[in-house]
Amino acid sequence: MSTPTAHYGFAERWLPRLVLAPSFLLSLIFLYGFIAWNGYLSFTTSRLLPSYEWAGLVQYATLFDNERWWVAVRNLGIFAVLFIGGSMAIGITLAILLDQKVRFEGAIRTLYLYPMALSFVVTGTAWKWMLNPGLGLEKLMHDWGFTNFTFDWLVNSDMSIYTVVIAGLWQSSGFVMALFLAGLRGVDDSIIKAAQIDGASLPRIYWKIILPALRPVVFSTLMILSHIAIKSFDLVMALTGGGPGFSSDLPATFMYSMAFTRGQTGLGAASAMMMLATVAAIVVPYLYSELRKDNNG
Amino acid sequence: MANAERTSSERFWRFALYGALLFAAAYYLLPLYVMVTTSVKGIEEIRAGNLIAMPTAITFDAWSKAWSSACTGVSCNGLSGYFWNSVRMVIPAVAISTMLGAINGYILSKWRFPGSNLVFAMILFGVFMPFQVLLLPMAQTLGWLGLANTTTGLVFVHVVCGTASTTLFFRNYYVGIPDELIKAARLDGAGFWRIFWRIILPMSTPIIMVTLIWQFTQIWNDFLFGVVFASGDAQPITVGLNNLANTSTSVKEYNVDMAAALIAALPTILVYVFAGKYFVRGLTAGAVKG
Repeated sequence: MSTPTAHYGFAERWLPRLVLAPSFLLSLIFLYGFIAWNGYLSFTTSRLLPSYEWAGLVQYATLFDNERWWVAVRNLGIFAVLFIGGSMAIGITLAILLDQKVRFEGAIRTLYLYPMALSFVVTGTAWKWMLNPGLGLEKLMHDWGFTNFTFDWLVNSDMSIYTVVIAGLWQSSGFVMALFLAGLRGVDDSIIKAAQIDGASLPRIYWKIILPALRPVVFSTLMILSHIAIKSFDLVMALTGGGPGFSSDLPATFMYSMAFTRGQTGLGAASAMMMLATVAAIVVPYLYSELRKDNNG
Repeated sequence: MANAERTSSERFWRFALYGALLFAAAYYLLPLYVMVTTSVKGIEEIRAGNLIAMPTAITFDAWSKAWSSACTGVSCNGLSGYFWNSVRMVIPAVAISTMLGAINGYILSKWRFPGSNLVFAMILFGVFMPFQVLLLPMAQTLGWLGLANTTTGLVFVHVVCGTASTTLFFRNYYVGIPDELIKAARLDGAGFWRIFWRIILPMSTPIIMVTLIWQFTQIWNDFLFGVVFASGDAQPITVGLNNLANTSTSVKEYNVDMAAALIAALPTILVYVFAGKYFVRGLTAGAVKG
C-alpha cells in the first residue's frame, strides 16, 4: 500500500497529500519556522522588545557569563540525575514486586499511578504545604517527639532543588512502574519457566533474563524522563517559584523569567536554543533509530 | 501453590512483599490524604494540629472560598472563572487535535507517498521539542492574529503543539490494521474518505479514547502556555491555582490552597478513576511505540 498503484486516478493519489498539507504546513511554520525565528532572536540585541538588529554571539556570551544560568544548568544536572535515577529505581522495584502474583494488584497499581494524572502545579502546591517548615512535616515530627528534627529545604537555598526532586519523584515514579509492569507482562513466559527448571533463583532470573529483555522499555523510559526533566517548569514555579533567590531555577524557569518578566528577550531566546540543543542531542538519534526500524520492519 | 503447602520462609517473603507494597501505597496516598483533610479543616485547627491528624470538625468553607472568593493576585473571585476558562479551552482543543491526528495517522500509515516518512519525522519532533523555543515567536504571532490573551489563542497553541502526539498515536495504531482490508475496499471502489469513515474510524474506538484522555490531561494540566499566552480573563485553572497559592497575604490559608488544588485536579482525577484503563494505555502508547 505504500505506493499508490497506477489504476487510481490523479485525484485519488493527490488527495491524501492535500489533506495532510495543513498539518504539514502548521508544523513547518509553527515548529520549524518558529525555531528559526527564535534562533534569529538569539543573535539580536533584543531586550524588552524584540529587535532584529544582528548582534552576533553577544547574547550567548552574556548567557555564559550569567551566574544564574549556571545555577539553572547545575540544578538541571542534579534534578535530572536524581529524578531519572530515582524514578527508574522506584518504578522498577515496584513493578517487580507487583509482578509476584499479588492480590488486589489492580487496586494497588491504581494508587501508584494516580499522581501522573495531576498537574505539576497541583503536585507543587501540595508538597509546598507539606514541606513548609512551620506547619508541615517538621511540625509533625516535633509533635511526635522528635524536637530536634528540622526540615527546611524549601526555604534553604542550598537544598531547595532537592525538594523539587522529592515532588518530581512522587509524581512520576508510578508512571515508570506502569511502563515496566507492561514490559514485564510482555516477556516470554517459556524462557522464565525454562530457567526455573534449570534451578535459577528468582533474583537471578530477573537480573539475567528479564531485565535485559526489557532494554527497549528502559530506553524509552529514559527518553521520556529526561525529556520531562529538561522541560520541567510548572513544578518549580508552583513549589519554589525558582527560589529562594534563584537557587532552584531550571533552564525552563530561567528562560521564562528572562523572556517574560525581566525584559531580556534575546537572552531568553538564547537560553531556549540551549534547551533545544540539549533535547535534540538526546532525541534525534532516538527518532532516527526508531524510523529506521520502521522502514526495515 | 496452595497456602497450606507454603513453607514458613515463603510465608515470610509474602509478608515482606505485601508490607513493601503497602508502604509504597501509603507514600503515594499521603499527599492526597493531606490535601483532602487539610481542605476540610478550619484554619485554627491547622495551626493547632498537625499535618496528618484527622479533622475534628469537617467544614467546606475552604472549598467555597477557593471556588468563589479567594484572592488570586488582584481579583478575589475564586477559581470558578479560571475553571470555566479551562473547560472552554480544553473541549475544542482536544476535539480538533484528535480529529487532525486521526486523519494524519490514517494518511501516514495507509496512504504513504514518497517523502511521507520524512513528513512523519518532522511532525514527530514536535512531541519532543522544548516548547520554550516557540514562546517568543508565538507570543508575537498571537498578537498579530489578535489572539493574544484569549481562550481561542490558547486553543490554537494547544492544537498546533498537540497534533504531533495525536498523529503519533493514530499512526502507530493504524499501522497495525492490515493493509489487505484497505486493498479490498479499494477494489470495491471505495475512495479515500469512504475508507476512512466506513472502515478505519469504526475500528478506532480504543485509540480515540486513549487520545482523548491523553490530550485532555495534557491540556487541562498545562501551565506554561497558560501563563505565557493568557492574561486576566482567559487564564486557565493551573494559572489560577498558582496565583492563589503564591499570593502573599498576611494569613496563609492552607485549607483554601488545598481545596483549590483539589478543584484543579478533580477533572483529571475523575478521568483517571473512570477511564483509568485508557489512561494507562495512553501513557504506555506515548512511551513505547508500536
